[in-house]
Amino acid sequence: MDLHISHTTRYAYDTPVSYALQRLHLRPQSNIMQTVLDWTVTVDGGVIELTCEDHHGNVIDLVNTDRGATELTVTASGTVRTHDRAGVMGKVYGAAPLWHFMQDTALTKPSKDIRALARPLKSATDTLGACHALSAQILAAVPYLIGQTYTNTTADQALTGGAGVCQDHAHIMIAVARYAGFPARYVSGYLKLDDRIDQDASHAWAEVHLPTLGWVGFDVSNGISPDERYARLAIGCDASDAAPVKGMRLGDGDESLIVTLQVQQ
Amino acid sequence: MNTKPDHFDEMRMGDDQVRPPYANYKSWFDGQDPGRLAKKSKEAEAFFRRTGITFNVYGQMAAEERLIPFDLVPRIISGREWTKLSRGIEQRVRAINAFLHDIYNRQEILRAGRIPIDLIARNEAFLPQMMGFSPPGGVYTHIVGTDIVRTGEDDFFVLEDNARTPSGVSYMLENRETMLQMFPELFSRIKVRPVSDYPKNLRRSLAASAPKSCGGKPVIAVLTPGIYNSAYYEHSFLADQMGAELVEGHDLRVVDGHIAMRTTRGYKQIDVLYRRVDDEFLDPLTFNPKSMLGVPGIMDVYRAGNITIANAPGTGVADDKAIYSYMPDIIEFYTGEKAILKNVETFRCGEQDSLKYVLDNLAELVVKEVHGSGGYGMLVGPAASKKELADFADKLRARPSNYIAQPTLSLSTVPIMVKKGLAPRHVDLRPYVLVSPDGVDITPGGLTRVALTEGSLVVNSSQGGGTKDTWVLED
Amino acid sequence: MLGKTAGGLFWMFRFLERAENTARLVEAGFRIALTRSTDASTEWESVATTAGVATRYHEKHDTFNATDVIDYLLRDKDNMSSVYSVTKSARDNARLVRTALTSEVWTAVNDSWMTIQDLLKRPVKETELPRVLDSIRQQSAIVRGALHGTMLRNDIYDFARIGTFIERADNTARIIDVKYYTLLPSSSFVGSSLDNVQWETILRSVSAHRAFRWLDEDEMTAAGVARFLILDRRLPRSLVFSMATTVENLNYLADEYGERHACHDHAELMLKKLKERDIASIFDEGLHEFITNFIQDNYALGQMIERDYKFYG
Repeated sequence: MDLHISHTTRYAYDTPVSYALQRLHLRPQSNIMQTVLDWTVTVDGGVIELTCEDHHGNVIDLVNTDRGATELTVTASGTVRTHDRAGVMGKVYGAAPLWHFMQDTALTKPSKDIRALARPLKSATDTLGACHALSAQILAAVPYLIGQTYTNTTADQALTGGAGVCQDHAHIMIAVARYAGFPARYVSGYLKLDDRIDQDASHAWAEVHLPTLGWVGFDVSNGISPDERYARLAIGCDASDAAPVKGMRLGDGDESLIVTLQVQQ
Repeated sequence: MNTKPDHFDEMRMGDDQVRPPYANYKSWFDGQDPGRLAKKSKEAEAFFRRTGITFNVYGQMAAEERLIPFDLVPRIISGREWTKLSRGIEQRVRAINAFLHDIYNRQEILRAGRIPIDLIARNEAFLPQMMGFSPPGGVYTHIVGTDIVRTGEDDFFVLEDNARTPSGVSYMLENRETMLQMFPELFSRIKVRPVSDYPKNLRRSLAASAPKSCGGKPVIAVLTPGIYNSAYYEHSFLADQMGAELVEGHDLRVVDGHIAMRTTRGYKQIDVLYRRVDDEFLDPLTFNPKSMLGVPGIMDVYRAGNITIANAPGTGVADDKAIYSYMPDIIEFYTGEKAILKNVETFRCGEQDSLKYVLDNLAELVVKEVHGSGGYGMLVGPAASKKELADFADKLRARPSNYIAQPTLSLSTVPIMVKKGLAPRHVDLRPYVLVSPDGVDITPGGLTRVALTEGSLVVNSSQGGGTKDTWVLED
Repeated sequence: MLGKTAGGLFWMFRFLERAENTARLVEAGFRIALTRSTDASTEWESVATTAGVATRYHEKHDTFNATDVIDYLLRDKDNMSSVYSVTKSARDNARLVRTALTSEVWTAVNDSWMTIQDLLKRPVKETELPRVLDSIRQQSAIVRGALHGTMLRNDIYDFARIGTFIERADNTARIIDVKYYTLLPSSSFVGSSLDNVQWETILRSVSAHRAFRWLDEDEMTAAGVARFLILDRRLPRSLVFSMATTVENLNYLADEYGERHACHDHAELMLKKLKERDIASIFDEGLHEFITNFIQDNYALGQMIERDYKFYG
């Protein structure tokens, strides 16, 4: 399936910027699940200082906001041809070894509730089935609800709060899988919705490494493994590794952020 | 002079005989007027204070500046002894660089099962952001300060491999400078190998490690946390001696994909950054977001191949005290040779049997924090009170893997000047090693730290230690 | 050169100059208090005002008396402009820019800090005051000597000089500002011209009471004193001398860097305003307005230099 994607992130600053950097994870790469047919990243109100690979093999851009700018617009757009592999990325590895995806991160620390969720998976013989069951269980415990969680919400907080978005679902899935002894990671990307083109935010899901299949994706929010409607942007140990845009800015003043996203066939 | 028989004294053999490296010096010393030497000692202190060769003590009143006491009796090493030492150090430093490259890339040593994965995976000094990347020239530790102690004629042990940002080299240089000014006649009488080339060699070594993309003469800068840092004097001294700019984080920005410093004429690109800021604070965009000392984005510039950071981030994974205990294996794995310098026997308290042994023998052992430095958080068993031992045992039980223990070594002694003449005190040695794609360069000598209190084994300057000039003889 | 280094040099030398000026103000105040039977409290208040610290002083003390004012100006750590504080600031800045200084200049500044720290360890007794003030001025002369004797005449030197003379111009202008009414022609009718205490205070504050007698003819008139302090190019603390030196060093910078900035035009204009005037026309314009404008222009010049040479981010 050819997905046409246009993803715009606009920052508005209430005081002119003296110095601000943004690290972008906005360049999908070709792999066995997708072929990038064309892709561009453009910046208005700043410049791309450099483009390089991070330690997960993601391609990042470092953006410097123009001095005195009050607005920065980053647009990533292009076409990605996806291949339906039932969410199985397989035994494909980068520079980071599997044990790296076994380490807790600040956002995915195992709490008591998370450890409890891990019990069935720990002892399962059908690990794939157990992961799907876990995914369903997480969605039941944490229904999809916007506005209840933030960028820095941890897996445990989302689980306790009983509501969250795709990032929180992925974090809980990752935390549980790791505690059960399986390497797990965060995937950021796009999902084509069947009922509309315009979306408010990019998507995210989890991947768990199973001994037989290798990396397998689980989109907890939608209760499925990724199919050809999904395009991958970046991977990481949690959202902080793979967030589409992460930045820092010198000085005071508020900023507001508007994301517009269109994904269509 | 009363040397305890259980210590190796580097000047004396028995009561009357002087060891050969010291023979010439001792005969000079015996001809000196003690009053004149005492006066020289005062002069040296005044010189250090006027020049501002001070360090700031953590935990004391803000920005209090102190002098490190300087003892004017040199510590003397023969050329033959030095040859062996330097071969051992070079071997070790090469192995450390090979280890770091491996750990951040293919991890063969972990696949081979020679080191437990957890030691790396759970190591705070391991930086995932360094994975899948080779620094310019393949060098990780451009500057190393290997801490060495001696216990006998042929017994040298490595105590610590300081592979992050070893400090103290300015004292090595200033101590020699002071000795040259005070006792010029000594240096015409005894041929001592010079240390004064260090800044030039440092500059050359850093320049040789510049990124490939750097055309022409590389621009080098020294990154300091600022004037209130304990080693600020050294930072400014080295920058000055190398003819490099001394910069702070807020002088730097990302410009045209490089790191650049703000000059009176605009931003100017830097090719090699000799940073004296710890990993955690180096890049708020990548590591501690609250850091005010670092350079946001520098890790991306680094991975893009546009700057050399010396030492590379993440080198701490090679010098913590738990890894230390594996150094003989590491050396063998990467060089195919046995380690030339010995390791001190080390008990990893994280291991059940070791912990038991350590708790049972606490009074005889030295216990250190795995990530500690500067003598803080350390227990010297033989010098500790019953209560101190008991308190420390609690700490050990609470977080065993945070500690290692070693037998108390009977460190060698070297004479210092006291009111009554010469008296032996325990010493260690930190030679300074430069690594570049062109090779390894070890300055003959180094910093000798001396425990000024009689019988004390703690040489750290923050804990009442002093320093000495260290001579390597031309022989 | 790093922008920060330029800023560090500029401020290091401003602070050194300020230490010396403050010592001189105290000396003048002390001298007047000793020899004249004027209202001492008013005199000390004007000393504090000239030093720009009267308001902060008042937060701490109720009255302006010799002991308190002298202590506040020399030793008080809460007073950012006390001799103690500015010597420390000068030395901190020297540490910051150490790689730009010769070892002679660094050692002089470091020595000076150690000496002054020692001198001001305890409250200064009246009997000790002349010796202490003398030492402070001497320290500053040693640093200046090291600067002149050992530093290359390059941008480093230029920033050091610019800092010195912007501070000095500010100091002289403040002295005139606080006492301007005593220099107005109308007030010269009060008392005998030769015996004007206020004029002497002013002249002493810029170490020019002897020079004035030597240089400025034989009549000490309000206009004469004002002309001397503002327009006499022979007096190294006059406004015109300070401005001419600042312009000179700014122009060296422009030559070396091959680039002129806003600060150059602004400084040239300030100098032109001084050169084109005579004292009569200044009095016609209003001495107070003239000095107020000068202080503002001088402040603005400092800001421009800071921006043009990128002292801060």
